[in-house]
Amino acid sequence: MPIKTKYHGEIEINMQDILHFEKGIPGFLEEKEFIILPLSDDQTFSVMQSVVTEYLAFVITSPFHFFQAYDFQLEDSVVEELGLKTEKEVQVISILTIEEPFERTTANLQAPIIINTSNQKAKQVILNQEHYKTKHPIFQKG
Amino acid sequence: MLVLTRKNGESIKISDDIEITIIVSKNDQVKIGIKAPKHVEIYRSEIYEQILTENQQASKDISSLLNFLKK
Repeated sequence: MPIKTKYHGEIEINMQDILHFEKGIPGFLEEKEFIILPLSDDQTFSVMQSVVTEYLAFVITSPFHFFQAYDFQLEDSVVEELGLKTEKEVQVISILTIEEPFERTTANLQAPIIINTSNQKAKQVILNQEHYKTKHPIFQKG
Repeated sequence: MLVLTRKNGESIKISDDIEITIIVSKNDQVKIGIKAPKHVEIYRSEIYEQILTENQQASKDISSLLNFLKK
């Protein structure tokens, strides 16, 4: 089906690629369908684009690319809600807040997006671990 | 907003399946225990607000930086 996007113009997407956020995400509770589109040539950065709202798109990345030691435990309720059965089905992505200059860009490690790649159910999870915050610089200082 | 007065160890029941207990209240801090079904999500309000604000900031337009990212 064709959709209008913020950074990719009008494009054709496959229904089976759509991520389903049953409860939306904080601040955008009505937005339940997103799709991931590549942004950088090296595949590091992508966009999570709303399927219904043209102007709503987040820049995302794999947190493990920048934070190798990133580690957390998913609550049983999340495992249940997303229908997760094995670890292999789990995909973790982080939303970036792009700053100018780009070197000041941060990743939200406190609220990762968890995707079940088997059924495309997704959720932005809020971690209760104290040491992960909403703004972790993705580039080392100095 | 409904306001109820409770002592340490006393509880409040919300519907059939949520129970909130005042564990201990000392000086200006209250420790609260919450029993709720798994699907009920419980967060500190300020953390939820922070995530909401961060999501809004993260959705701002980055067209001016796009060329940079494509490199």
